[in-house]
Amino acid sequence: MTSLVLADHDNASLKAATLSAVTAAQQMGGDIHILVAGQGCGAVAQAASKIPGVAKVLIADAAPYAHALAEPLAALIVSLAGPYSHLVAPATSSGKNVMPRVAALLDVAQISDISAVTSADTFVRPIYAGNALATVQSKDAKKVVTVRGSTFDKAKAEGGSAAIENANPAADPGISSFVSQALSKSERPELTSARIVVSGGRGMGSGENFKIIEALADTLGAGVGASRAAVDAGYVPNDYQVGQTGKIVAPELYIAVGISGAIQHLAGMKDSKVIVAINKDPEAPIFQVADYGLVGDLFQIMPELTKSI
Amino acid sequence: MKILVAIKRVVDFNVKVRVKADKTGVELANVKMSMNPFDEIAVEEAVRLKEAGKATEIIIVSIGPAAAQETIRTALAMGGDRGILVQTDAEVQPLAVAKVLKALAAKENPNLIVLGKQAIDDDSNQVGQMLAALLGWPQGTFASKVVVEGDGVAVTREVDGGLETISLKLPAVVTTDLRLNEPRYASLPNIMKAKKKTIDTMAPDALGVDVAPRLATLKVEEPPKRQGGVKVADVAALVDKLRNEAKVIG
Repeated sequence: MTSLVLADHDNASLKAATLSAVTAAQQMGGDIHILVAGQGCGAVAQAASKIPGVAKVLIADAAPYAHALAEPLAALIVSLAGPYSHLVAPATSSGKNVMPRVAALLDVAQISDISAVTSADTFVRPIYAGNALATVQSKDAKKVVTVRGSTFDKAKAEGGSAAIENANPAADPGISSFVSQALSKSERPELTSARIVVSGGRGMGSGENFKIIEALADTLGAGVGASRAAVDAGYVPNDYQVGQTGKIVAPELYIAVGISGAIQHLAGMKDSKVIVAINKDPEAPIFQVADYGLVGDLFQIMPELTKSI
Repeated sequence: MKILVAIKRVVDFNVKVRVKADKTGVELANVKMSMNPFDEIAVEEAVRLKEAGKATEIIIVSIGPAAAQETIRTALAMGGDRGILVQTDAEVQPLAVAKVLKALAAKENPNLIVLGKQAIDDDSNQVGQMLAALLGWPQGTFASKVVVEGDGVAVTREVDGGLETISLKLPAVVTTDLRLNEPRYASLPNIMKAKKKTIDTMAPDALGVDVAPRLATLKVEEPPKRQGGVKVADVAALVDKLRNEAKVIG
């Protein structure tokens, strides 16, 4: 029994979600190989080879994989799938894009966004926006699985020394091409891997007012998030969104500011270790999940809080 | 250009679901059902493409119980031309859904298939990708912008950290994300007109598709409840708690 874990990366560095997927694969049992597919991604393969417990790193370094397009990447994974019992990827936008394509090409089910491993063929996954947890057993010969990063500890990034082998590129179906990308530039830590997250909701009143969120975040070295209401109101871009339809986070400290606590938002942050809620409405549902609640005017509280930390 | 839109009837997004006492699933009896919100966005996008003169016909497909006719009717009132219901009361998992849609695509020959990126009941986020794989078509998932031009489609996608634009050869599969558009409400005259539109009904067997589940659901449980904590009096008390009790800030 061997798992092939698909590395998520930007051709320069390995994304932390990959380390959580490695932990999940360890719990499934057997050996672990990592696939690094990209272009000019040698440094990523080097990083992957240092993860303790990884037996082998496969590198497919070729132009069709530069931007992780689903069509060539799925073809590659399928061409390598033969010896593997499990094909595992982090449930990032890239993993969610490519793995169902892989599963269908192999004529097997995919198990999406697992939050726990019960055994080699049985997994727990959230359904209904995390309002229920389903335990499912796969009857297929190969298990294709995506892993919710926030519920698995990250494997150590240093200490291993796996061999790196070249994998032959598969034929590119040639039906898709990359045009451009516009990534939000930020000095702040990425939401899904930040130790602390400060999020604003509709109560912020405007995009301009997010400055007071950013001020606290920068004091704490935190990531900045938002509720769907704040995104829909146009205060901040969609990639700030924490919730079932956005990013799922589980930092050590989550500070929800002017967020009422809709079900869909709670689904994205309720696994945080410590939750702080700041809201003027003492009846807001967010207080039911918050470890520490502070009722009051966020425009007074936030500057004071930033100053006292 | 012909567009096929696949929609799913799901528990309304405003309903707080309850897990059944016997842990076999969630309570669906007497619960309000609606079209999956991401699928509404898919229907809207197809209608806009038709209004812009890019599409000639919109076929609405759903797989599910007889009551899914109502959901198809809603999509027809939004601007779909005709409907197909693949009727079954059994659980149809994503791979089987993709196989049914592939069989329908072979009959209908659409140039574009649009679906929601995921259904808000099982949260699988698989069908569009699987369908594209089975058809050998390219996929534009999590779309926030769709531009059809000539024999291709440019899809701007919501990815971790921002947006990515890719170009796909038609025929293609597109799955919709939240910001693609804001679905319209059907007007009363359009709701009346939709009642006269055709909905064909067929069984999965008639399409030669085996829809037997590949995953067995062993149990469905409530997630552990998070206990609410305390309310603190002021900022000083909050900082003290975070520093000395929770020890999450230095």
